[in-house]
Amino acid sequence: MANMPVSEMRLPPHLAYLLAARRLDTAKDVLSLPEVELMAVLDAGVPTARAAVAHVSEAACPPCQTALALLEERVRLGGGGRLATTLCGLDEALGGGIPMGKLTEVVGPSGIGKTQFCLKLALLAALPEYYGGLDGRVVYIDTESKFSSRRMIEIGQKSFPQIFRQEGLAQKMAGRILVMRPASLADFTKSLEQMKVTLLQHDVKLLIVDSMAALMSLGNEKATAGFRQHPLRWALSFLKSIAEFSRIPVVVTNQVRSQSNDDGYHFSFEVDRKDGNNCAERFDSHLIAALGIQWAHAVTVRLVFESHSGHRFIKVAKSPMSPAVAFPFAVESSGITLLSDEGIDVTGPEITSIRCQGQNILSR
Amino acid sequence: MSYTGSAPASSSLYWKGMESSGDPHPPILAGAQNAWDMLSDEQSQKHITTGSGDLNNILGGGIHCKEVTEIGGVPGVGKTQLGIQLAINVQIPVEYGGLGGKAVYIDTEGSFMVERVYQIAEGCISDILEHFPHSHGKSSSGQKQLQPEHFLADIYYFRICSYTEQIAAINYLEKFLGEHKDVRIVIIDSVTFHFRQDFDDLALRTRVLSGLSLKLMKIAKAFNLAVVLLNQVTTKFTEGSFQLTLALGDSWSHSCTNRLILYWNGNDRYAYLDKSPSLPVASAPYAVTGKGVRDAASSNHKRVRVT
Repeated sequence: MANMPVSEMRLPPHLAYLLAARRLDTAKDVLSLPEVELMAVLDAGVPTARAAVAHVSEAACPPCQTALALLEERVRLGGGGRLATTLCGLDEALGGGIPMGKLTEVVGPSGIGKTQFCLKLALLAALPEYYGGLDGRVVYIDTESKFSSRRMIEIGQKSFPQIFRQEGLAQKMAGRILVMRPASLADFTKSLEQMKVTLLQHDVKLLIVDSMAALMSLGNEKATAGFRQHPLRWALSFLKSIAEFSRIPVVVTNQVRSQSNDDGYHFSFEVDRKDGNNCAERFDSHLIAALGIQWAHAVTVRLVFESHSGHRFIKVAKSPMSPAVAFPFAVESSGITLLSDEGIDVTGPEITSIRCQGQNILSR
Repeated sequence: MSYTGSAPASSSLYWKGMESSGDPHPPILAGAQNAWDMLSDEQSQKHITTGSGDLNNILGGGIHCKEVTEIGGVPGVGKTQLGIQLAINVQIPVEYGGLGGKAVYIDTEGSFMVERVYQIAEGCISDILEHFPHSHGKSSSGQKQLQPEHFLADIYYFRICSYTEQIAAINYLEKFLGEHKDVRIVIIDSVTFHFRQDFDDLALRTRVLSGLSLKLMKIAKAFNLAVVLLNQVTTKFTEGSFQLTLALGDSWSHSCTNRLILYWNGNDRYAYLDKSPSLPVASAPYAVTGKGVRDAASSNHKRVRVT
């Protein structure tokens, strides 16, 4: 509603006339100005400026709902809305699976199984509801050319042999997954813009971006004007709004990079304390998510894939619904499987750390 | 901790309300007020419990009405959890030592999960019944209030999708609160998101933000309610190293009365009172459990499993 034209707000005539004469056409134009500047622009006194702001604000403010109405709406639209990952322990920890309408991030070192996880999700969303799927199309934005149809069908055949034995089903399932390989960031933003309109019409039930971080490095080379100066921020808001308005899960993967600073970041008041007692806790290697802290704030659910103590783990590092918990997993021909559905509680700095121990266990 | 007077070290969530008479003063607003009146006014004010006794202690009893409190912290430390907890706790009925008020929740990030709100409401109710076991036998009208649905119905939720809408919502609040007098807390989660995403002119951003913070302070005073702003963290280069600091810059940090920073200390979640006009700088551990924000379990880190 930010771009709502002032002319459609049914303001008192003198205010509408005043704003139109000063070319303050949208809510954004009026509300982005501090009060004093608005008075100067309107060449009017405090009461007029305040009245204008009050009227425009009331019109541009989104409607209010009670949390109860929100809950009822959620129930009416189909019980909370989750995409089950079929990894029982993880589903339970996440309250049923990957939440719809939210942004979920998968972060981890290369080769650990992020793409395997995404392939599995894509397949699940395409499956008929009868088998726990969403019976819809999937848009898979593959920035690193890692999507493999053969591997996906293999996962399907191994995990759901009864379905894939049916004639033509592999073709039908794979046909529902639309893979896009944007060559540049501009490509990506363009297709996102188009997508917003078409997602609902085409019954798309899942959007995957694998990987987001690679996309950002594609964009670094050329800086263009406008919002594209901050492509990350723009993409972030946009993906969130897509998730919310189409009520589909959006899953993005994120890479890691090694951290230059051993101690990580701390608040200034923490500094003295940290020097003393933190030496004992040195992890195998210090990795942090490639997209920075601002990105981390914006994702609703963060799953960290990591390896330590001879196993790979999926860790629920951030979720409004569930405590931090980790599950050991392995990548098999049927895709990712949990070694145990009993989660391991994770506490303290381990929740946010990303560990990658010894490359030897990563090679398959 | 002399400031918190007779507060028991932890345990009781509701001590404040049990001590006071249970009858809040009518808000006195016309013109000035002498300091003595202000003192007695302050003492008669009830505070909104955070759910954790330790946290209440460093905050001088809980989140204060008529003040703007900013809460910041790294992703996943529990800002939204605390925000939701406050939206629930403000509704604890007066007879159980709460404020019996309603909440306005302005969600800019889309992280408000209504199922979780329901869970926290259930947790709050079960704690009330635990602290007031005699109330089981009370008249059905009192019991009727203690339903999670009832708590959810008293949270007014605004979903904000751009900074223009955020400005509009804050401007509109004054009118909205005039029509909904029983709102006692306004939570903005987070104040940062859209301003960090889309605002290019930083000088203008600072001025717009300071205008907003003035309005929020005015609202807090005029309607006798607590304003809680959740803020993200950012990294800042000072004295040769990167440090964490709350977002939106130095001039913004003047705009809140109290500032609480949530952080990890070893294996525990801690809250650090960074700024307060009346309370000493202090920190305290807290925990986020299945039921919501609670005291940290003293020695080993047990948590309540979410079912």
